[in-house]
Amino acid sequence: MSNFETIIGLEVHVELKTKTKAFCGCANEFGAPPNTNTCPICLGHPGVLPILNRQAVDYAIKAALALNCEISRETKFDRKNYFYPDNPKAYQISQFDQPIGRNGYIEIEVDGKKKKIGVHRLHLEEDAGKLSHLANGTGSLVDFNRVGTPLIEIVSEADMRTPHEAYAYLEKLKAIMQYIGVSDVKMEEGSLRCDANISIRPYGQKEFGTKTELKNLNSFAFVEKGLAYEEKRQEKILLSGGVVEQETRRYNDATKTTTLMRGKEGSNDYRYFPEPDIIKLKIDQDWIDRIQSEIPELPDSRQKRYVEELGLPDYDAMVLTQTKTMSDFFERAIAEGGDPKLTANWLMGDISAYLNSHYKTIDDVPLTPESLAKLVQLIEKGTISGKIAKKVFKTLIKEGGDPEDIVKAKGLVQISDEGALREIITPILAANQQSVVDYKNGKDRALGFLVGQVMKQSRGKANPKIVNKILLEEIEKVNG
Amino acid sequence: MSRITEDQVKYVAHLARLSFDEEEIKTFTTQLDDIIGFAEQLNELDTEGIEPTTHVLDMYNVMRDDVVEPSLPREEALKNAPDQEDGQFKVPLIMEAD
Repeated sequence: MSNFETIIGLEVHVELKTKTKAFCGCANEFGAPPNTNTCPICLGHPGVLPILNRQAVDYAIKAALALNCEISRETKFDRKNYFYPDNPKAYQISQFDQPIGRNGYIEIEVDGKKKKIGVHRLHLEEDAGKLSHLANGTGSLVDFNRVGTPLIEIVSEADMRTPHEAYAYLEKLKAIMQYIGVSDVKMEEGSLRCDANISIRPYGQKEFGTKTELKNLNSFAFVEKGLAYEEKRQEKILLSGGVVEQETRRYNDATKTTTLMRGKEGSNDYRYFPEPDIIKLKIDQDWIDRIQSEIPELPDSRQKRYVEELGLPDYDAMVLTQTKTMSDFFERAIAEGGDPKLTANWLMGDISAYLNSHYKTIDDVPLTPESLAKLVQLIEKGTISGKIAKKVFKTLIKEGGDPEDIVKAKGLVQISDEGALREIITPILAANQQSVVDYKNGKDRALGFLVGQVMKQSRGKANPKIVNKILLEEIEKVNG
Repeated sequence: MSRITEDQVKYVAHLARLSFDEEEIKTFTTQLDDIIGFAEQLNELDTEGIEPTTHVLDMYNVMRDDVVEPSLPREEALKNAPDQEDGQFKVPLIMEAD
């Protein structure tokens, strides 16, 4: 057991999926050929006038409300000055002392315990361009397509105490952004990025220890691993009588370690001042009410409803609501008459397994909520067995279609007719008399063997419940 | 009494990526000191209870609709770049870390 308490705070950048950039009409799209979405405004040419994108402000307010933030009624933009080739203006338009939202929170659940993680602030700013470094060392290349893309920066309070809580916070934050539709939140495309601050202190100490900042955290798993490494590294330093330096460190997944990027002496002085080009914003109650009315039901509320109204276990409700696409699919399937628990089982079991192994999301496959509901109903009615359902499912998820048609076309209807089943069972009993004797002598497994033979003979179509019943009746008749 | 030191001038020059010789540092120290002195006259005003002014225009909420406008052709965007490669701006090698 460690003597130290870990303190973690996260800074998350989320790219907003507006059609255009924050301050000019250039398209905001991922993957366009380099430098094809630029104009004098986002290239920072002299004498241009940036004008704020209303949709970006709407999205920022929406995100702030969804994270339970107070909205600043009056806000402005500021210039953050720094030199770096990814930024042609030598300043970034950001918000310094009047962020759009503050004092919010996100509720997370770790090991069955709920905890609120504070959201210190949420502000609107612009993204930088993309740098790539030439392998031959002759220089770096700059693509300005991304410069000026609207971003929200979400700064948490230092409320997390374990790397796993940080992971849960990110998962929840991502889900909320996805539910409200303000961002694609794809880490692999950079539309969600995360930096982490971490320090440790002896239990009982009030003051925070010196923190380090972690960068290059390209996935939620890296965030968790990087923090776990950093936690141990700092502990080792303190236990050996050393001092943790305030510095920025880079996570390296190949070695699963963090390495020094820059020390404190490199820390920046951004000389913020009010951005004269962007007029101030007044956000009145009507504006807030309008955005509030556009916020759909969020994952926490859905999760609660699934447990309370649909009777799902907590775990199922949590898994199903992690992404909006999965949750929407589930809701449509049960609206079509699928039993909630059976539908949930399919989604969390076979469907998730298929999606994960094929790197797909539920949107990418031809399976529809309607067909899943029908499949579930066919099992419930006893038209097909669970085993046959798996066969039908394989066709459904690869090719789509109507489960009833598939069952008919492939002749997969379950045999529940006793007469038909007896025709299969009688010869099997005759051929396996030893098993009958064994069962009578107390070997329960012998019955399973017989059922298996019947299933095999019927190519999975026999109704196992009725097979069981008939077998027991027949065995009873044999004199032991 | 001097309000601005030579060290402050060197620091601000470094932030702005400007390099000056000793002579220039002395000149700018005096000039910046004069400017600050001039601006300090404002301290004579009583600003108790007055919100800081960030913009002189009494205007709010000037925004545009989220509608795509044509961007520059790439050749046009790159025209003023001292160096370019593969449709990108080429700059001296930036070592991000290590």
